[in-house]
Amino acid sequence: MYSAALIVFREVLEAALVVSIVLAASRGVPRRVWSVGAGLVAGVGGAVLIALFAESIANMMDGFGQELLNAGVLLIAVLMLAWHNIWMSSHARSMVAEFKKTGSAVLAGDKPLYALAIIVGVALLREGSEVVMFLYGISVSGTDSSGLLMGGLMGVVAGISFGALLYYGLVNIPVRYLFSVTGWMILLLAAGMAAQASGFLMQAGYLPDQTPLWDSSGWLPMNSVSGQLLHILVGYDSQPTAIQLTTYVATVAMILFGMTLVNRRMALPAAPATNQAG
Amino acid sequence: MQMDIIFCNEILLKPDEVEKVKSFRVVVCSLVALMGSVAAYAEVPSIDLIIENHRFSPEVVEIAAGQKVKLHVINKDATPEEFESHDLRREKVIAGNASANILIGPLEAGEYSFVGEFNEDTAKGKIIVK
Repeated sequence: MYSAALIVFREVLEAALVVSIVLAASRGVPRRVWSVGAGLVAGVGGAVLIALFAESIANMMDGFGQELLNAGVLLIAVLMLAWHNIWMSSHARSMVAEFKKTGSAVLAGDKPLYALAIIVGVALLREGSEVVMFLYGISVSGTDSSGLLMGGLMGVVAGISFGALLYYGLVNIPVRYLFSVTGWMILLLAAGMAAQASGFLMQAGYLPDQTPLWDSSGWLPMNSVSGQLLHILVGYDSQPTAIQLTTYVATVAMILFGMTLVNRRMALPAAPATNQAG
Repeated sequence: MQMDIIFCNEILLKPDEVEKVKSFRVVVCSLVALMGSVAAYAEVPSIDLIIENHRFSPEVVEIAAGQKVKLHVINKDATPEEFESHDLRREKVIAGNASANILIGPLEAGEYSFVGEFNEDTAKGKIIVK
Protein backbone atom coordinates (compact mmCIF):
# COMPACT_ATOMS: atom_id res chain seq x y z
CA MET A 1 0.00 0.00 0.00
CA TYR A 2 2.76 2.44 0.90
CA SER A 3 4.85 1.48 -2.08
CA ALA A 4 1.82 2.16 -4.29
CA ALA A 5 1.40 5.53 -2.58
CA LEU A 6 5.05 6.35 -3.20
CA ILE A 7 4.98 5.44 -6.90
CA VAL A 8 1.85 7.49 -7.58
CA PHE A 9 3.17 10.33 -5.41
CA ARG A 10 6.34 10.57 -7.50
CA GLU A 11 4.43 10.86 -10.76
CA VAL A 12 1.77 13.23 -9.44
CA LEU A 13 4.39 15.40 -7.75
CA GLU A 14 6.06 16.19 -11.04
CA ALA A 15 2.84 17.37 -12.67
CA ALA A 16 1.68 19.17 -9.49
CA LEU A 17 4.91 21.17 -9.15
CA VAL A 18 4.79 22.26 -12.78
CA VAL A 19 1.16 23.35 -12.43
CA SER A 20 1.91 25.25 -9.18
CA ILE A 21 4.83 27.14 -10.67
CA VAL A 22 2.82 28.07 -13.75
CA LEU A 23 -0.14 29.16 -11.60
CA ALA A 24 2.08 31.32 -9.40
CA ALA A 25 3.88 32.74 -12.41
CA SER A 26 0.65 33.77 -14.07
CA ARG A 27 -0.74 35.50 -10.99
CA GLY A 28 -2.97 38.35 -11.96
CA VAL A 29 -3.59 37.15 -15.49
CA PRO A 30 -7.35 37.31 -16.01
CA ARG A 31 -9.24 34.09 -16.63
CA ARG A 32 -6.15 31.99 -16.00
CA VAL A 33 -8.18 29.62 -13.81
CA TRP A 34 -10.25 28.73 -16.86
CA SER A 35 -7.26 28.01 -19.04
CA VAL A 36 -5.56 26.03 -16.32
CA GLY A 37 -8.81 24.14 -15.76
CA ALA A 38 -9.11 23.39 -19.47
CA GLY A 39 -5.51 22.18 -19.45
CA LEU A 40 -6.26 19.94 -16.46
CA VAL A 41 -9.28 18.34 -18.09
CA ALA A 42 -7.55 17.87 -21.45
CA GLY A 43 -4.42 16.54 -19.73
CA VAL A 44 -6.26 13.95 -17.67
CA GLY A 45 -8.35 12.90 -20.69
CA GLY A 46 -5.22 12.61 -22.81
CA ALA A 47 -3.44 10.63 -20.09
CA VAL A 48 -6.26 8.06 -20.06
CA LEU A 49 -6.11 7.82 -23.87
CA ILE A 50 -2.33 7.34 -23.85
CA ALA A 51 -2.64 4.66 -21.17
CA LEU A 52 -5.34 2.88 -23.19
CA PHE A 53 -3.27 2.89 -26.37
CA ALA A 54 0.09 2.45 -24.66
CA GLU A 55 0.87 -0.74 -26.52
CA SER A 56 0.10 0.62 -30.00
CA ILE A 57 1.99 3.83 -29.25
CA ALA A 58 4.99 1.84 -28.08
CA ASN A 59 4.97 -0.19 -31.30
CA MET A 60 5.00 2.89 -33.55
CA MET A 61 8.18 4.28 -35.08
CA ASP A 62 10.16 1.02 -35.05
CA GLY A 63 9.16 0.39 -31.44
CA PHE A 64 10.26 3.80 -30.22
CA GLY A 65 6.86 5.51 -30.28
CA GLN A 66 6.83 5.95 -26.51
CA GLU A 67 10.24 7.63 -26.41
CA LEU A 68 9.36 9.96 -29.29
CA LEU A 69 6.00 10.85 -27.75
CA ASN A 70 7.71 11.70 -24.46
CA ALA A 71 10.36 13.77 -26.21
CA GLY A 72 7.71 15.58 -28.26
CA VAL A 73 5.52 16.34 -25.27
CA LEU A 74 8.52 17.62 -23.31
CA LEU A 75 9.64 19.85 -26.17
CA ILE A 76 6.15 21.36 -26.49
CA ALA A 77 6.28 22.16 -22.78
CA VAL A 78 9.73 23.73 -23.20
CA LEU A 79 8.46 25.95 -26.04
CA MET A 80 5.43 27.09 -24.04
CA LEU A 81 7.48 27.77 -20.91
CA ALA A 82 9.99 29.74 -22.97
CA TRP A 83 7.20 31.75 -24.54
CA HIS A 84 5.63 32.39 -21.15
CA ASN A 85 8.89 33.71 -19.77
CA ILE A 86 9.60 35.90 -22.76
CA TRP A 87 6.10 37.35 -22.62
CA MET A 88 6.39 37.97 -18.88
CA SER A 89 9.72 39.72 -19.28
CA SER A 90 7.93 42.46 -21.20
CA HIS A 91 4.87 42.67 -18.96
CA ALA A 92 6.10 41.91 -15.45
CA ARG A 93 6.97 45.52 -14.70
CA SER A 94 3.55 46.92 -15.56
CA MET A 95 1.87 44.01 -13.79
CA VAL A 96 3.79 44.70 -10.60
CA ALA A 97 2.82 48.38 -10.80
CA GLU A 98 -0.82 47.45 -11.29
CA PHE A 99 -0.67 45.02 -8.39
CA LYS A 100 0.65 47.69 -6.05
CA LYS A 101 -2.22 50.02 -6.94
CA THR A 102 -5.18 47.67 -7.00
CA GLY A 103 -4.05 44.35 -5.59
CA SER A 104 -4.71 42.65 -8.87
CA ALA A 105 -3.43 43.13 -12.34
CA VAL A 106 -6.06 43.07 -15.00
CA LEU A 107 -4.13 43.70 -18.14
CA ALA A 108 -5.73 44.04 -21.50
CA GLY A 109 -2.74 42.08 -22.67
CA ASP A 110 -2.39 39.58 -25.40
CA LYS A 111 -1.30 36.94 -22.91
CA PRO A 112 -1.51 33.66 -24.75
CA LEU A 113 -3.79 31.88 -22.33
CA TYR A 114 -3.64 28.71 -24.33
CA ALA A 115 0.09 28.52 -23.59
CA LEU A 116 -0.87 28.09 -19.93
CA ALA A 117 -3.42 25.44 -20.82
CA ILE A 118 -0.90 23.58 -22.96
CA ILE A 119 1.81 23.60 -20.26
CA VAL A 120 -0.64 22.20 -17.71
CA GLY A 121 -2.07 19.75 -20.22
CA VAL A 122 1.21 18.23 -21.30
CA ALA A 123 2.53 18.04 -17.74
CA LEU A 124 -0.49 15.96 -16.81
CA LEU A 125 -0.43 13.95 -20.01
CA ARG A 126 3.01 12.49 -19.43
CA GLU A 127 2.88 11.76 -15.72
CA GLY A 128 -0.84 11.06 -15.66
CA SER A 129 -0.67 8.27 -18.22
CA GLU A 130 1.81 6.38 -16.03
CA VAL A 131 -0.43 6.80 -12.99
CA VAL A 132 -3.42 5.56 -14.96
CA MET A 133 -1.48 2.52 -16.19
CA PHE A 134 -0.19 1.75 -12.73
CA LEU A 135 -3.62 2.04 -11.11
CA TYR A 136 -5.19 0.03 -13.92
CA GLY A 137 -2.55 -2.64 -13.36
CA ILE A 138 -3.45 -2.77 -9.69
CA SER A 139 -7.14 -3.09 -10.36
CA VAL A 140 -6.70 -6.00 -12.78
CA SER A 141 -4.18 -7.84 -10.63
CA GLY A 142 -6.94 -8.65 -8.16
CA THR A 143 -4.94 -9.44 -5.05
CA ASP A 144 -5.29 -6.89 -2.28
CA SER A 145 -6.22 -4.30 -4.88
CA SER A 146 -8.33 -2.19 -2.50
CA GLY A 147 -5.34 -1.52 -0.23
CA LEU A 148 -3.14 -0.71 -3.19
CA LEU A 149 -5.78 1.57 -4.68
CA MET A 150 -6.03 3.34 -1.32
CA GLY A 151 -2.28 3.77 -1.50
CA GLY A 152 -2.54 5.15 -4.99
CA LEU A 153 -5.17 7.61 -3.86
CA MET A 154 -2.96 8.67 -0.96
CA GLY A 155 -0.19 9.26 -3.47
CA VAL A 156 -2.42 11.48 -5.59
CA VAL A 157 -3.50 13.52 -2.58
CA ALA A 158 0.05 13.84 -1.26
CA GLY A 159 1.37 14.93 -4.64
CA ILE A 160 -1.31 17.60 -5.05
CA SER A 161 -0.76 18.80 -1.46
CA PHE A 162 2.93 19.26 -2.18
CA GLY A 163 2.03 21.30 -5.25
CA ALA A 164 -0.41 23.41 -3.22
CA LEU A 165 2.28 23.99 -0.61
CA LEU A 166 4.68 25.25 -3.25
CA TYR A 167 1.96 27.46 -4.74
CA TYR A 168 1.14 29.13 -1.42
CA GLY A 169 4.82 29.50 -0.67
CA LEU A 170 5.33 31.23 -3.98
CA VAL A 171 2.32 33.56 -3.86
CA ASN A 172 3.41 34.74 -0.42
CA ILE A 173 6.54 36.15 -1.96
CA PRO A 174 6.13 39.93 -2.25
CA VAL A 175 4.81 40.74 -5.70
CA ARG A 176 7.93 42.81 -6.38
CA TYR A 177 10.01 39.62 -6.39
CA LEU A 178 7.39 37.03 -7.34
CA PHE A 179 7.76 37.21 -11.11
CA SER A 180 11.51 37.27 -10.78
CA VAL A 181 11.45 34.06 -8.72
CA THR A 182 8.94 32.27 -10.92
CA GLY A 183 10.80 33.45 -14.01
CA TRP A 184 14.00 31.78 -12.84
CA MET A 185 12.09 28.65 -11.81
CA ILE A 186 10.43 28.36 -15.20
CA LEU A 187 13.75 28.96 -16.94
CA LEU A 188 15.40 26.04 -15.11
CA LEU A 189 12.27 23.89 -15.40
CA ALA A 190 12.32 24.35 -19.18
CA ALA A 191 16.04 23.62 -19.41
CA GLY A 192 15.63 20.44 -17.38
CA MET A 193 12.76 19.30 -19.59
CA ALA A 194 14.79 19.98 -22.73
CA ALA A 195 17.67 17.89 -21.37
CA GLN A 196 15.21 15.12 -20.50
CA ALA A 197 13.81 15.23 -24.03
CA SER A 198 17.30 14.79 -25.45
CA GLY A 199 17.64 11.77 -23.16
CA PHE A 200 14.53 10.20 -24.71
CA LEU A 201 15.88 10.89 -28.21
CA MET A 202 19.08 9.16 -27.13
CA GLN A 203 17.07 6.19 -25.86
CA ALA A 204 15.27 5.97 -29.22
CA GLY A 205 18.58 6.02 -31.07
CA TYR A 206 18.00 9.44 -32.68
CA LEU A 207 20.92 10.95 -30.79
CA PRO A 208 24.17 9.12 -30.06
CA ASP A 209 24.41 7.44 -26.69
CA GLN A 210 27.33 8.85 -24.76
CA THR A 211 29.29 7.97 -21.68
CA PRO A 212 28.08 10.23 -18.84
CA LEU A 213 30.29 13.20 -18.00
CA TRP A 214 30.17 12.43 -14.31
CA ASP A 215 28.38 10.27 -11.76
CA SER A 216 27.07 12.04 -8.68
CA SER A 217 24.63 9.26 -7.77
CA GLY A 218 26.91 8.42 -4.83
CA TRP A 219 26.06 11.56 -2.88
CA LEU A 220 22.76 12.59 -4.47
CA PRO A 221 20.95 9.62 -6.00
CA MET A 222 18.09 10.31 -8.40
CA ASN A 223 15.69 8.13 -6.43
CA SER A 224 16.22 10.03 -3.17
CA VAL A 225 13.66 12.66 -2.19
CA SER A 226 16.02 15.59 -2.75
CA GLY A 227 17.37 14.07 -5.95
CA GLN A 228 13.84 13.64 -7.22
CA LEU A 229 12.80 17.19 -6.30
CA LEU A 230 15.89 18.69 -7.88
CA HIS A 231 15.30 16.58 -10.96
CA ILE A 232 11.79 17.98 -11.36
CA LEU A 233 12.59 21.58 -10.48
CA VAL A 234 15.99 22.23 -12.06
CA GLY A 235 16.55 19.10 -14.16
CA TYR A 236 19.14 17.44 -11.90
CA ASP A 237 20.64 14.32 -13.45
CA SER A 238 23.22 12.24 -11.59
CA GLN A 239 24.78 10.94 -14.81
CA PRO A 240 24.33 13.51 -17.56
CA THR A 241 25.87 13.15 -21.00
CA ALA A 242 27.53 15.93 -22.99
CA ILE A 243 24.47 16.24 -25.25
CA GLN A 244 22.14 16.61 -22.27
CA LEU A 245 24.34 19.23 -20.62
CA THR A 246 24.69 21.16 -23.89
CA THR A 247 20.91 21.07 -24.41
CA TYR A 248 20.41 22.38 -20.86
CA VAL A 249 22.85 25.27 -21.22
CA ALA A 250 21.64 26.14 -24.73
CA THR A 251 18.01 26.26 -23.55
CA VAL A 252 18.87 28.59 -20.67
CA ALA A 253 20.90 30.80 -23.00
CA MET A 254 18.21 30.98 -25.69
CA ILE A 255 15.38 31.82 -23.29
CA LEU A 256 17.49 34.46 -21.51
CA PHE A 257 18.41 35.94 -24.87
CA GLY A 258 14.75 36.10 -25.91
CA MET A 259 13.80 37.72 -22.61
CA THR A 260 16.52 40.35 -22.85
CA LEU A 261 15.59 41.14 -26.43
CA VAL A 262 11.88 41.63 -25.68
CA ASN A 263 12.53 43.41 -22.41
CA ARG A 264 14.82 45.95 -24.05
CA ARG A 265 12.40 46.64 -26.86
CA MET A 266 9.48 47.15 -24.49
CA ALA A 267 11.44 49.27 -22.04
CA LEU A 268 12.98 51.70 -24.49
CA PRO A 269 10.07 53.99 -25.38
CA ALA A 270 8.64 54.18 -21.87
CA ALA A 271 11.54 55.13 -19.64
CA PRO A 272 15.29 54.94 -19.38
CA ALA A 273 16.03 51.25 -19.13
CA THR A 274 16.48 49.96 -15.62
CA ASN A 275 17.72 46.48 -16.10
CA GLN A 276 15.68 43.92 -14.34
CA ALA A 277 16.09 40.20 -14.35
CA GLY A 278 13.25 37.78 -14.56
CA MET B 1 21.81 -4.72 -60.55
CA GLN B 2 18.25 -4.47 -61.74
CA MET B 3 18.20 -0.82 -60.76
CA ASP B 4 21.12 -0.14 -63.11
CA ILE B 5 19.26 -1.74 -66.01
CA ILE B 6 16.24 0.48 -65.39
CA PHE B 7 18.34 3.62 -65.50
CA CYS B 8 20.27 2.60 -68.60
CA ASN B 9 17.42 3.91 -70.74
CA GLU B 10 18.16 7.54 -69.95
CA ILE B 11 19.35 8.15 -73.50
CA LEU B 12 15.84 7.65 -74.85
CA LEU B 13 14.36 10.33 -72.57
CA LYS B 14 13.86 14.07 -73.08
CA PRO B 15 16.23 16.34 -71.11
CA ASP B 16 13.67 17.30 -68.44
CA GLU B 17 12.74 13.67 -68.00
CA VAL B 18 16.39 12.82 -67.50
CA GLU B 19 16.41 15.24 -64.57
CA LYS B 20 13.35 13.57 -63.10
CA VAL B 21 14.88 10.15 -63.45
CA LYS B 22 18.07 11.39 -61.84
CA SER B 23 16.24 12.74 -58.81
CA PHE B 24 14.21 9.54 -58.67
CA ARG B 25 17.46 7.63 -58.66
CA VAL B 26 18.67 9.70 -55.70
CA VAL B 27 15.48 8.86 -53.82
CA VAL B 28 15.78 5.16 -54.63
CA CYS B 29 19.42 5.08 -53.62
CA SER B 30 18.70 6.80 -50.28
CA LEU B 31 15.87 4.36 -49.65
CA VAL B 32 18.20 1.45 -50.33
CA ALA B 33 20.78 2.97 -48.00
CA LEU B 34 18.09 3.45 -45.34
CA MET B 35 16.99 -0.16 -45.69
CA GLY B 36 20.61 -1.15 -45.35
CA SER B 37 20.93 0.79 -42.10
CA VAL B 38 17.71 -0.74 -40.79
CA ALA B 39 19.14 -4.16 -41.60
CA ALA B 40 22.35 -3.25 -39.77
CA TYR B 41 20.26 -2.14 -36.80
CA ALA B 42 18.47 -5.47 -36.80
CA GLU B 43 21.84 -7.19 -36.43
CA VAL B 44 22.31 -5.78 -32.93
CA PRO B 45 22.34 -8.85 -30.67
CA SER B 46 19.08 -9.25 -28.82
CA ILE B 47 18.69 -10.57 -25.29
CA ASP B 48 15.33 -11.69 -23.96
CA LEU B 49 14.38 -10.38 -20.55
CA ILE B 50 11.17 -11.82 -19.18
CA ILE B 51 8.97 -10.22 -16.54
CA GLU B 52 6.84 -12.75 -14.71
CA ASN B 53 5.23 -12.44 -11.28
CA HIS B 54 6.88 -8.99 -11.02
CA ARG B 55 10.37 -10.49 -11.33
CA PHE B 56 12.94 -10.29 -14.08
CA SER B 57 14.36 -13.41 -15.56
CA PRO B 58 17.27 -13.58 -15.88
CA GLU B 59 18.04 -11.16 -13.07
CA VAL B 60 21.66 -10.86 -14.11
CA VAL B 61 22.51 -10.22 -17.74
CA GLU B 62 26.11 -10.33 -18.93
CA ILE B 63 27.16 -8.43 -22.01
CA ALA B 64 30.47 -7.51 -23.59
CA ALA B 65 31.99 -4.06 -23.15
CA GLY B 66 31.69 -1.72 -26.13
CA GLN B 67 28.83 -3.71 -27.58
CA LYS B 68 25.40 -2.37 -28.50
CA VAL B 69 22.68 -4.73 -27.27
CA LYS B 70 18.93 -4.86 -27.66
CA LEU B 71 17.01 -5.91 -24.58
CA HIS B 72 13.78 -7.55 -25.68
CA VAL B 73 11.65 -7.19 -22.56
CA ILE B 74 8.67 -9.52 -22.52
CA ASN B 75 6.06 -8.73 -19.92
CA LYS B 76 4.13 -11.92 -19.17
CA ASP B 77 2.21 -10.29 -16.32
CA ALA B 78 -1.22 -8.82 -16.92
CA THR B 79 -0.08 -5.61 -15.22
CA PRO B 80 2.09 -2.95 -16.84
CA GLU B 81 5.67 -2.46 -15.73
CA GLU B 82 8.15 0.38 -16.12
CA PHE B 83 11.69 -0.69 -16.92
CA GLU B 84 13.84 1.94 -15.27
CA SER B 85 17.56 2.33 -14.90
CA HIS B 86 19.33 5.52 -13.86
CA ASP B 87 22.66 3.83 -14.57
CA LEU B 88 21.66 3.06 -18.15
CA ARG B 89 19.57 6.24 -18.51
CA ARG B 90 16.58 4.28 -19.69
CA GLU B 91 12.90 4.35 -18.74
CA LYS B 92 10.16 2.64 -20.64
CA VAL B 93 6.66 1.54 -19.76
CA ILE B 94 5.70 -1.93 -21.00
CA ALA B 95 1.98 -2.73 -21.09
CA GLY B 96 0.65 -5.97 -19.61
CA ASN B 97 1.16 -9.02 -21.85
CA ALA B 98 3.29 -6.99 -24.23
CA SER B 99 6.92 -6.64 -25.14
CA ALA B 100 9.28 -3.79 -25.89
CA ASN B 101 12.80 -3.25 -27.15
CA ILE B 102 15.34 -1.21 -25.26
CA LEU B 103 18.65 -0.40 -26.90
CA ILE B 104 21.61 -0.17 -24.55
CA GLY B 105 25.30 0.33 -24.94
CA PRO B 106 28.00 0.46 -26.02
CA LEU B 107 28.90 0.41 -22.33
CA GLU B 108 32.07 0.45 -20.31
CA ALA B 109 32.84 -2.47 -18.00
CA GLY B 110 30.91 -2.36 -14.74
CA GLU B 111 27.58 -3.09 -13.12
CA TYR B 112 24.38 -1.35 -14.18
CA SER B 113 21.29 -1.94 -12.10
CA PHE B 114 17.70 -1.72 -13.29
CA VAL B 115 14.30 -2.08 -11.65
CA GLY B 116 10.68 -2.49 -12.54
CA GLU B 117 9.45 0.78 -11.10
CA PHE B 118 5.89 -0.40 -10.52
CA ASN B 119 7.08 -3.36 -8.42
CA GLU B 120 10.41 -2.20 -7.11
CA ASP B 121 10.45 -4.64 -4.17
CA THR B 122 10.68 -7.70 -6.37
CA ALA B 123 11.52 -6.55 -9.89
CA LYS B 124 15.26 -5.97 -9.70
CA GLY B 125 18.15 -6.90 -11.88
CA LYS B 126 21.52 -5.83 -13.14
CA ILE B 127 23.60 -5.86 -16.27
CA ILE B 128 27.22 -6.86 -15.88
CA VAL B 129 29.45 -5.52 -18.60
CA LYS B 130 32.78 -7.30 -19.02
